[in-house]
Amino acid sequence: MSSLAATVQNIFDEPGCAKNGSKSEAERKNGCTKQLLPGSAAGGCAFDGAKVALQPFTDVAHLVHGPIACEGNSWDNRGAASSGSNLWRTSFTTDLSETDIVFGGEKRLCKAIKEIIDKCDPPAIFVYQTCIPAMIGDDVNAVCKAASQRFAKPVIPINSPGFVGSKNLGNKLAGEALLDHVIGTQEPDYTTPYDINLIGEYNLSGELWQVKPLLDELGIRILSCISGDGKYHEVASSHRARAAMLVCSKSMINVARKMEQRYGIPFFEGSFYGIQDSSESLRQLARLLVERGAPADLLGRTEAVIAREEAWVRAAIGPYKPRFEGKRALLITGGVKSWSIVAALQEAGLELVGTSVKKSTRNDKERIKELMGRDAYMIEDMTPREMYKMLKDAKADIMLSGGKSQFVALKAAMPWLDINQERCHAYMGYVGMVKLVEEIDKSLSSPMWEQLRRPAPWEALAKAMEQMPSPVAAIACDPALAETARRARKICVCNAVDLGTIEDAIYAHGLSSVAAVREHTNAVGGCCRRRIEGILVSDPSVMRQAAE
Amino acid sequence: MAIVTAPTKACAVNPLKMSQPIGGAFAFMGLRGAMPLLHGSQGCTSFGLTLFVRHFKEAVPLQTTAMSEVATVLGGYENLEQAILNIYNRTKPKIIGICSTGVTETNGDDVDAYLTLIRCKHPQLAKLPLVYVSTPDFKGAFQDGWGKAVARIVEVLVEEPGANGLPDPLKVNVLPGCHLTPGDIDELRVILEDFGLCPSFLPDVAGSLDGHIPDEFTPTTIGGIGVDEIESMGRAGWTIAIGAQMQRAAEVMQVKTGVPFRIFERLCGLCPNDEFMTFLSEISGRPIPLKYRRQRGQLADAMLDAHFHIGGRKVAIGAEPDLLFDVSGMLHDMGAQVTAAVTTTQSEVIERIKAKEVLIGDLEDLEGLAKTHHCDLLITHSHGRQAAARLKLPFYRTGFPMFDRLGAGHQLSVGYRGTRNLIFEIANLVIAHREENDQPTPDRWRTAAGLPRCSGYRSSTGAAGRSVA
Repeated sequence: MSSLAATVQNIFDEPGCAKNGSKSEAERKNGCTKQLLPGSAAGGCAFDGAKVALQPFTDVAHLVHGPIACEGNSWDNRGAASSGSNLWRTSFTTDLSETDIVFGGEKRLCKAIKEIIDKCDPPAIFVYQTCIPAMIGDDVNAVCKAASQRFAKPVIPINSPGFVGSKNLGNKLAGEALLDHVIGTQEPDYTTPYDINLIGEYNLSGELWQVKPLLDELGIRILSCISGDGKYHEVASSHRARAAMLVCSKSMINVARKMEQRYGIPFFEGSFYGIQDSSESLRQLARLLVERGAPADLLGRTEAVIAREEAWVRAAIGPYKPRFEGKRALLITGGVKSWSIVAALQEAGLELVGTSVKKSTRNDKERIKELMGRDAYMIEDMTPREMYKMLKDAKADIMLSGGKSQFVALKAAMPWLDINQERCHAYMGYVGMVKLVEEIDKSLSSPMWEQLRRPAPWEALAKAMEQMPSPVAAIACDPALAETARRARKICVCNAVDLGTIEDAIYAHGLSSVAAVREHTNAVGGCCRRRIEGILVSDPSVMRQAAE
Repeated sequence: MAIVTAPTKACAVNPLKMSQPIGGAFAFMGLRGAMPLLHGSQGCTSFGLTLFVRHFKEAVPLQTTAMSEVATVLGGYENLEQAILNIYNRTKPKIIGICSTGVTETNGDDVDAYLTLIRCKHPQLAKLPLVYVSTPDFKGAFQDGWGKAVARIVEVLVEEPGANGLPDPLKVNVLPGCHLTPGDIDELRVILEDFGLCPSFLPDVAGSLDGHIPDEFTPTTIGGIGVDEIESMGRAGWTIAIGAQMQRAAEVMQVKTGVPFRIFERLCGLCPNDEFMTFLSEISGRPIPLKYRRQRGQLADAMLDAHFHIGGRKVAIGAEPDLLFDVSGMLHDMGAQVTAAVTTTQSEVIERIKAKEVLIGDLEDLEGLAKTHHCDLLITHSHGRQAAARLKLPFYRTGFPMFDRLGAGHQLSVGYRGTRNLIFEIANLVIAHREENDQPTPDRWRTAAGLPRCSGYRSSTGAAGRSVA
């Protein structure tokens, strides 16, 4: 465990991270995640983070070493897309039992690895450590090392038990595992001067494929994507790329920086969310590749593609501008997205009433001020109750956020759109922005909202009726009225026998069958048979009780 | 008698099972103003939370003691204390339900003692019920956690008779298993009320997770059975337990309050509901309401119409023991053959399942069995979707979780009406699948012998097979 503790310390010292760089020595030691508060914490654990970061590798078997909770409660819950193998969607876990915890789980883990190789023969197995085996001292590193040798197959330990920290830390621990055991262990089949790595891109809803055609058009090859739609061989040989882009999030900044250090691959932080960002990212990629020796005409070709796409997307968004006039949006997300989407929404004519800056860096905040003006409403931390109030008071017309706050908006009967990882639409690239605007429009203009916000029309009626005595109650209180009502309700239509007569006969003679009723009254008992049966099994009517 | 087989594999592939703590937490979600709290690392809560949210499409209250590595070594007292105080101050719950996890069971936290200590130190908590249930991840499954939690709630909260007024023979306690949906519970409530009975459901997830829109934002559960109502359950005339998993809770209730109980292991199918209605009629002293006479007729008619499609089907089912027992029993009663049955945990009902063999295993086992035995209908929770696609089988989703379809909370299977709906849904699935995949062609009629055969032929052989047996 000491090596894990050292890794964690190492991660917290991240010169590539602007936020980290501005901290004092002591602050840095505390790590970059807030201390978790028992009873009001939200979010995943380090294991969750590691799994999320690596699971999109499609041809790898992901084996979770732990009790059923870690994998059984969480598998197949992400919308990453694969262009090839679907092995990543198969769930493997050692499902530790009480006996394993007493005697140790290492043997079971080794057997599990063998079973997977026998069944699926994947190019590699990633073994995820969890809290309980870490507590009882299962040495996954040693088991993986032994298994790699014995089965002549990469078996990679991902040492990120849940209790060491947050999801974000888990992302980085996953990155460390790749750096230590995977990257640089194989050679690519061939290389080109246009080879790039995308780091921290997970191909959710297949959104990478909205950008890839543009790269293809420019001749830029994605040597490895870490990890969306990635393959083991690609990441193992990713050290031969000429340039890298750290996509959208800082979750794997350690991978980008260390690959620059070790293999001289320059990287930049970019995003494909929003129009300007997409353009800027394409430009940067071209620039880095040309600096590393790609033919200089790439720059010109890139500008041409950007100009074409921007013109297209502006034309596509244009028609929405009048529809969005005066509409206000509340954006609850983090990091780069807090401003990259702002720009796109403003382009479409939406007014932003606030954006969250919980996970943003100082740089991000500067960009927000630039876009939204000095008095930009930056939300540091908003409780669900405050969000609900803001929406209920109609300070915003739509909320864009992650799935966790979904029901806050929906239960306030306000439009809401998912822009985080669980979403089912792809918003990346130029095409994605048009899709986002379309979705916002669909949501805002839905005729459903108005119906839902209107109270049921009978609410007022119900209130009024509380004051008035009900007709049934009136009958029950007035014997004469009840008697009339009873006599007025015909049961046997053929011979004109009323409810009162039948009820009286049943009561007077203690009748229990239709035949008996027929004997004592004029009722035919043919087409009215069912009705008489109903009277026989039911209680004496309210009217009869009142008439007594 | 089915032969029950335990797994021999070291590696579970595509698990069917969910863990015990979230089953326990789910039980607390049926209590009004409750905050379930998992004593473990924050991932334990986060995974469970995501699962519930995706299943019900509702905001779900679930908190964590956020055990860190250091806290795990030093013991979880401080985390538990902080968590309870934080929840108490921020969300003002009516009750906190605490479930342990693998982490805190392995390090041996004595939560009962911690709670005593916390109560001593913080007198403001004196009136706040704190119910703790031990639910290690490495034992049992979802339904075990639910059963244990309900038994604990009865043990801790229900008051002895006499403490809360006179016994009321029309009051009935209902202890539903976790396989009943909010829709099922609402259906049962209507049935009991139609007999003039006054039911108290413990837990009542219909009050909290039925999807209704609350007037105000509430961080705890938005409905369910109130603590005061639980306290008064000792006054009831009867306890009805649904599913074998509720036996313990019903026994605890009887020992504590003397309220007699009856267990209904199944509420799906004609005969189980006949029994149920008879019982309700007996305890209420009322004849079966006309409405249910009609519903019984409708169910009989549904069975007549659907037996052509369900009869003779070779069904593969993966579910928790009580749900498996109920649904497989109904299908068996319709003439289907339960060819592959996989479940998650031990239970006394599984050897009475109408199948040759019941495996305690995972979805890989179910998929394998379905393939080797040429099953032609797959029934399990949403995680079976990959297997169904690979096997190209009609797939009926039931159980927890059901995250890729809407309306999981309102799927109905109890009562005459619920059974009727379920039969129609399954039969329609089979019909649609045949229309899409099994259109007969002139060149296929003879070679089709080795392939899944058309249902008319199969149902006749199925009937012959049964008559010989």
